[in-house]
Amino acid sequence: MEICRRKDEIEISELDPFLAELLRQIPPSANPEGVPAAEQRLFSPPANDKEAKICAEWKLYVEPELRRLFQTATETVAGDLEQLNGSEKSFANRTLRIPSKHADAWLSALNQARLVIAAKYNFTDRELGDHFRSPIGSRRDLSLFQVNFYGFLQEFILRESDGSQKAPED
Amino acid sequence: MAQSAAITPFPVTKNAGPATVDRPTIEHETRPEEDLDLPWQVVVHNDPVNLMTYVTMVFQRVFGYPREKAERHMLEVHQKGRSVLWSGMRERAELYVQQLHGYLLLATLEKAG
Repeated sequence: MEICRRKDEIEISELDPFLAELLRQIPPSANPEGVPAAEQRLFSPPANDKEAKICAEWKLYVEPELRRLFQTATETVAGDLEQLNGSEKSFANRTLRIPSKHADAWLSALNQARLVIAAKYNFTDRELGDHFRSPIGSRRDLSLFQVNFYGFLQEFILRESDGSQKAPED
Repeated sequence: MAQSAAITPFPVTKNAGPATVDRPTIEHETRPEEDLDLPWQVVVHNDPVNLMTYVTMVFQRVFGYPREKAERHMLEVHQKGRSVLWSGMRERAELYVQQLHGYLLLATLEKAG
């Protein structure tokens, strides 16, 4: 797999079928439905239990907004991933081009997926810090690899965008 | 030579007694604590999944902090488990927490003190 920055896009080429499938798995992996720990992590409370009013208002007004925000990001990513559904031979290497303007959506979707998977398998800090774990011998190992692979992509996108978007005035 | 000015003494009425001024009435209102403009803090908590570079970028974007300051806060979160990113009026603090949740960071609103 090769990843590089072209003019207004990030190009991931020489994607073998295994990595292409991991990429296709971003949107479904980002869905916390049916995983209470993941749901709790993605929609964590804004304050402690003592601030019941703040938490109740948040649930009512802010949480639906956050759901929409996260869903929009995964939909954008799902749209970009359609490039991988070509009619080429299924074992051929693929190329994926991510428009630079979709970088934030990718960062969000990759983060959602990583958080959901980590919550689902309850990975320990040690496991998450072990980037050289191999070989993949179980579904858990595969999921940890998935978390790290998505993290690698996030790092690349971050490096390319360099946090250069203008922040609001203080 | 300085001229002596005629000084008109302030008329003092004998037996007038000390002048008295009514004290203003100060109303002490009792307001619920939540209405007071106590400083509120925006706290970010440690999370083993979010990348350090990602957290730094989010602090830069949300608070407009320069990279060094953003990194300092990120390291504080990483090493101490939490960092106070901002404190001030509740409404603004809520907005910051909302933005941080939008970036999937573990952030809470706390009363300062």
